[in-house]
Amino acid sequence: MKTNDVIFQTVAKVVFFMIIFFAVHLFFAGHYYPGGGFVGGLLTSGAIVLLLLAYDMKTVRRGFPVDFKWLISLGLLFSVGTAAGSLMFNVPFFTHAYDYFQLPLFGKTSLHTAMLFDLGVYLVVIGVTMTIIQTIGESE
Amino acid sequence: MINLPILPILLPLVAAVLLMFLSKSVKAQRIVSVIASAATVLAAAVVLLKVKADGIQTIDMGSWPAPFGITLVSDMLSILLVLTASIITLCVVLYSFGSIGSGREAFYYYPIVQFLLVGVNGSFTTGDIFNLFVFFEIMLMSSYVLIVIGGTKVQLRESIKYVLVNVISSAIFVIAVGFLYSVTGSLNMAHISTRISEISAEPIITVLAILFLIVFGLKGGIFPLYFWLPGSYAAPPAPILALFGALLTKVGVYAILRTYTLFFYHDQPFTHDILALLALLTMVAGSIGALAYKDVKQILIYNIIIAVGVLLFGIAVMTEESIAGTIFYLVHDMIIKAGLFLLGGIMIYITGTSDLNKMGGLIRQYPALGWTFLIASFALVGIPPLSGFTGKLLIVRAGFETGEYVGAIVVLLSSLAVLYSVVNLFMDVFWKKPEIPLPETKKQTASLFIPAAVLVILSVLYGVGTEVVYPYVMQAVDTLIHPEIYIDAVLKE
Amino acid sequence: MEILMCIVAGLLFAAAVYLMLSKSLLRIIIGTGLLSHGTHLMLLTMGGLKAGAVPVLGEHAATYTDPIPQALILTAIVISFGVTAVFLVIAYRAYQELGTDNMEQMRGMDTDD
Repeated sequence: MKTNDVIFQTVAKVVFFMIIFFAVHLFFAGHYYPGGGFVGGLLTSGAIVLLLLAYDMKTVRRGFPVDFKWLISLGLLFSVGTAAGSLMFNVPFFTHAYDYFQLPLFGKTSLHTAMLFDLGVYLVVIGVTMTIIQTIGESE
Repeated sequence: MINLPILPILLPLVAAVLLMFLSKSVKAQRIVSVIASAATVLAAAVVLLKVKADGIQTIDMGSWPAPFGITLVSDMLSILLVLTASIITLCVVLYSFGSIGSGREAFYYYPIVQFLLVGVNGSFTTGDIFNLFVFFEIMLMSSYVLIVIGGTKVQLRESIKYVLVNVISSAIFVIAVGFLYSVTGSLNMAHISTRISEISAEPIITVLAILFLIVFGLKGGIFPLYFWLPGSYAAPPAPILALFGALLTKVGVYAILRTYTLFFYHDQPFTHDILALLALLTMVAGSIGALAYKDVKQILIYNIIIAVGVLLFGIAVMTEESIAGTIFYLVHDMIIKAGLFLLGGIMIYITGTSDLNKMGGLIRQYPALGWTFLIASFALVGIPPLSGFTGKLLIVRAGFETGEYVGAIVVLLSSLAVLYSVVNLFMDVFWKKPEIPLPETKKQTASLFIPAAVLVILSVLYGVGTEVVYPYVMQAVDTLIHPEIYIDAVLKE
Repeated sequence: MEILMCIVAGLLFAAAVYLMLSKSLLRIIIGTGLLSHGTHLMLLTMGGLKAGAVPVLGEHAATYTDPIPQALILTAIVISFGVTAVFLVIAYRAYQELGTDNMEQMRGMDTDD
């Protein structure tokens, strides 16, 4: 049964981007303030689920032409790779590097390798959540 | 290299991630799996030699110094078990090529096996009690997938019980860690040990000891808590069963061995007596099951429970000799259980059933399989000079020396039960006249037989070469009997 | 405050046990969710509920909040999220395959498959 929910679909389109931006904000805030890859990833997948509710699986697939299982592997690769990078410098596993940089537009910014690890977490969370929701929602 | 002890954990993890990318090609998955497993075995062997030469190896993860950060500690016990687990995984992966079926292979079977190895090796290596919980969960999460992979009805039904039991035990684990943290104010196992010896008289420590015994006992399958084990383990196919039987329960036993020698050795008259009592009941319950069933899988599964009982009794006696026996027996049991389950899998594959009443007469067409199984059975029982002998001898002798006559006699009697159950199995499957005559054409079993035979040969070598293994085991015992060695190595005082 | 939190955790455990003893699979899963909530609350209480200051600071702080239990809870939440997800998928598959979510009817014989 396909209902014609114009209002829901229009609102979803707008709210989707708001949630995504908030998720990205949380992701970057995570280093010093509450937030991080896990919450960011959950919010992002929440946004995608909203689209799923408003439209259907096929439309969402067209919007995100990625295999979510592949996203899990990619995220794991990021996280493991970041942690294993310390092997090359012969420092204990998981040791992260950081420094302050003068960037145009942002000014003095601290950049950490821990962010790459968090990016991996972000991708894994999106991948896992969406895979599960797809598995359960598939037959409907 | 400073990061050496992490390699047996990191290699399977990297392999698992790569394998997830390769999910389309079964052939590529097989090649990567074998290379990664072999590399893990090699890395574990290198770490073993390093530990033998230079003593305990530690890494402070993320460069946070010892009691504050997470520390990985490779002492002799850990690395011996890591090496054994890696060898078993390699053999099981080779065995899986011929038996697991293309449906499972395409559905992330190989990456999950590697994740399981990450969890098992991590649990053996970690020196942080909460990190132990995390590695337990990695291991359990992989086992949830492995138990249900393939999705037959019986697997789905059993997996629900299995997941539920383990979710509850994980919750108790977290609570126990929370209590321990509120009492000692630390999570580093070496640090906790020093803190506990400062407040040793507190009854709360005894309560914690029992809480941890419940958690690890649920995983290891000790007496009142083994109820989920026979049903759940019988559901998945043989290679997965071999992994579960050889690795998962032993991680529980390892955790008891570690915590009861490092933390909870202050109130021995209470804690270790309970442990001894439960060990005896575990052996009795396992023996009853092993004698009662007429099913290949069930008989072997109940033999896991008997072995857990023997190991726990060794821990409960808590002398240098009994701990040495426990370690000997632990390594032996991991190898031989994997071998037996793989051989049992071949029998089930040949006859298409696991019911003893419907099997029979295999010796004419498969003599090599039959005699290998008989050798493996004798090793399991502990007939000299095969591998189970040394461990059982040391445990029983230590039992008699400390006056635990009942326990030592029950260990010997349980060996009789094991002997009867496996020889009965051998006679029924190989000698008995089959009800339905076997088909004349022989099934191809070489690809399955070789990995299983490798494990049995390894077990025989382990038994014959006890003299070679002895110094390694004694180094492991030294650390367990004298916790100061472990503490000094971790906290670097 | 600690005692109140212990009572709340106990209530959560009681509810979890009640739900897990029921026959419906979905109720059992909700029960495991409540169980992990109770555990996390317990863990937070175990670290001591001190209010009013940031976790990381110098040598001579009058009051501080212990960051370790919070880190542990975060880890435990992520893990229980994963386990609940896996459990849901398994339960859903079991419902599809076995045609029931009633544990009583699921307890079939081994010969049924």
